[in-house]
Amino acid sequence: MVFFPAIIPSLFGVSLIVTDNSNLDELVKQNQEALDAHTREHVQWHFNPETGSPYWLEKAKSFDFNPLTDVNCFEDLNKFPLFEDDELRGGPLDRWIPKALLGKPTYVFETGGTTGIPKSRVVIDDFRIDYENFSDTLPDESFPKGSNWLMLGPSGPRRLRLAVEHMAQYRGGISFCVDLDPRWVVKLIKKGKIDEVKEYSAHVIDQAMAILGAGHNIKCMFTTPKLLEALAMRLMDEGSSIEEAGITGIFCGGTEFTQQWYRFAREELLGENVYITPTYGNTLMGLACGKPFDPADDYKITYYAPQPRAAIRVVDFDDHTKVVPYGETGRVKLFTMTKELFIPGFLERDEGEREKPHSKYPWDGVSGVRPFHKIASSTTVGVY
Amino acid sequence: MLEIPVIRWGKPYESFDQQEVVHFETGEPLAKVHQANAGLVKMDMRKAQRARDLLREIPISKLLEICKKAAELYMTAELPLGNGTQTPEEFCRIQSASTGMPEWMCAGNMKKVAFVLEHMDEILDSLTRGLPLDILTRGYGKEERGVMMSYQANSPVLGLVLPSNSPGVHTLWMPILPMQIGLVLKPGSSEPWTPYRMTEAFCQAGIPRECISVYPGPHDVGSTVTELCQRVMLFGGQQTIDKYKGNPNVQAHGPGFSKILLGDDVVDRWEDYLDLMVDSIFQNGGRSCINASGVWASRHTEAIADAIAKRIGPVGPTSMTDPEAPLAAFTMTGAAKAMHTQIEEGLKEPGVTEVTAKYRDGERLIELERCDYLRPTIVHCASTDPALANTEYMFPMASVVQCEQKDMLKKIGPTLVCTAITEDPQWSQQLLDATNIDRLNIGAVKTNALNWLQPHEGNIVEFLFRARAFQNESPAAH
Repeated sequence: MVFFPAIIPSLFGVSLIVTDNSNLDELVKQNQEALDAHTREHVQWHFNPETGSPYWLEKAKSFDFNPLTDVNCFEDLNKFPLFEDDELRGGPLDRWIPKALLGKPTYVFETGGTTGIPKSRVVIDDFRIDYENFSDTLPDESFPKGSNWLMLGPSGPRRLRLAVEHMAQYRGGISFCVDLDPRWVVKLIKKGKIDEVKEYSAHVIDQAMAILGAGHNIKCMFTTPKLLEALAMRLMDEGSSIEEAGITGIFCGGTEFTQQWYRFAREELLGENVYITPTYGNTLMGLACGKPFDPADDYKITYYAPQPRAAIRVVDFDDHTKVVPYGETGRVKLFTMTKELFIPGFLERDEGEREKPHSKYPWDGVSGVRPFHKIASSTTVGVY
Repeated sequence: MLEIPVIRWGKPYESFDQQEVVHFETGEPLAKVHQANAGLVKMDMRKAQRARDLLREIPISKLLEICKKAAELYMTAELPLGNGTQTPEEFCRIQSASTGMPEWMCAGNMKKVAFVLEHMDEILDSLTRGLPLDILTRGYGKEERGVMMSYQANSPVLGLVLPSNSPGVHTLWMPILPMQIGLVLKPGSSEPWTPYRMTEAFCQAGIPRECISVYPGPHDVGSTVTELCQRVMLFGGQQTIDKYKGNPNVQAHGPGFSKILLGDDVVDRWEDYLDLMVDSIFQNGGRSCINASGVWASRHTEAIADAIAKRIGPVGPTSMTDPEAPLAAFTMTGAAKAMHTQIEEGLKEPGVTEVTAKYRDGERLIELERCDYLRPTIVHCASTDPALANTEYMFPMASVVQCEQKDMLKKIGPTLVCTAITEDPQWSQQLLDATNIDRLNIGAVKTNALNWLQPHEGNIVEFLFRARAFQNESPAAH
């Protein structure tokens, strides 16, 4: 059974208990209490010998504290050592599956893997729950229920294909998928084979154009900034546009979705009748939502994690247990607590500014997400 | 503070992404430069043809006049720059402050740019081998000798990915607009000054603003310019050069490995050429690809190295405003130290000796709070084998290499400027035939003394235009 604390208000557009939305402070307090309760419950689940995964049960033996008795609130997660995602490389995957879930149909989703062994995450239902929750934040007028979707981006061993497809089905539509293999693109770029990159990109866009032109009633789309640029410009070159192709709503992810790119997309690529919303996420969490568009924000992008299933905090570069003051810059630290996965603190390869809670998402957010400055120069980002 | 927008076919565009350019010595912000994103470039490049169409409405003869006027404005006028204005003096100060080039060298580079613009008519006449220039406009026409000629533009615009640390290179793109090709400029992060000032000078002189775009931005803006412009000139290190080797769309400029070769017939009189050697190595802070990084001879190499070292070894940094400041600063953290370490490693090889050390009061590397300097360094190599026998660094550094004359052309490797001092006709012919040499001087010519009427690393006209057949009447029966 998936547990939601009863007092969580309007997490994904579904109010569990209606509270006074004008009282943001009260909402924040309630959500903090809900997060603490969620933390206690999930620590009990993951470290109980009857329900926990072999990985965490084994790992607990090395701790100088007892998670079952010493972790009583979200803040207590700082007692855990940082999670290193290299732990996710290689088998056996069973070590990650909580005993209570053994035997259920299990998926494996990969991340990275341009060279060497990719990082793997096992999933049973989380991707469906995460994307259903995310779906509930989308405006129906731009993402009409019953309309079909185009999933234009990396699929293969990634979560996106199944997740977007499930979301389309959840909303009563069908998802058409055009694949892109980012590992191959990274290899081509590293070899300086730019012509082949262009040819491959054109091949991907050719397929998207064919699907959009085939009368499938596609109105919604997931894609990446680079692919959206390529598709929009191909349509322009052919005297059309994203809007004329029938698309009314797009969600788009990646660190390339910057404030400047957001403005460029709205002003020049899409026009005012196509809704686009940024998302932030990875295989270790659900989808963080963008703060609803407000002209007063000057296209600033602020993300809020799908708390309490996942939380993000902006922490001091030198002390990851310390949250930076609002408006200050720090590294993004991720916490995931679902029945399937427990990540009690992982330093993302990103940095950003800590943002205040919002009435729709009454907990900490992060804006200006960009590659962590100390590793930015060595990372190939935005290849697709 | 000075704010400089992106220029999109003449229109200023204010971006949410901005980057501060700071004074290399004080860290004081000098300007905020708005940053383009790659999508802007992609969007704009769809309209690149308009730049050429507009330029073709202006006769080349008129464009040559515009170049002369632009030179005058560039050298003398207070020109708009972003939300402010800039005098020539301010230009030199700010360029020096962000790049580490002494102000007098910045002024010298301005003069070079202006010289090229003022002599553009001669330069185009020379580079086109006297072609009636309206043939470039119409695409075809007959020469005086009655031969039909046709030239087709390979691209409506030239993309330029410009360097941060070498303001001297801007002369290379001056001939583009008068050939009715538009400009897509991606300035280096520390040197937006020349692209913006030149743009303003050109436009005030009469170039339609819609013919020039300036896109400061991160690396992916440069790679988008490179990807989308059908002809691109870019600047970078050896890795960049290797990456674009064989790509006909890209003219990549990087290290020159320029050299002076002393023939066996003159080497016993090497002292006659000491000034030439010193100037070739040392002028303009030794920062350019046309500065000599090697002096090769079959004998007297130790004496030659010692004589050069005696002249430049004692030189050290002074202030940026010193009208004779000899050295440029390294403004990128760690760059000077990395070069210094490489040189020290190279000196450990057998047969390699640093000759300058005994004439220098102190270390080669001077590390300051916000910048570093490397003091002139002359190395003697007893053979061509050591790594330092054929290297190039962006400061006055050269290797004096002992090598038999008969082996030189096999061993020098790619050489941008080769000054061979010889009167030996047989060797001269071999030098002329050596395809690893780009610019060849036979005689007492400094490597950095360029005649602008000569092509540089490929003829820019041939890069931008394709000579092809065109007939509008049947040829004579044969």
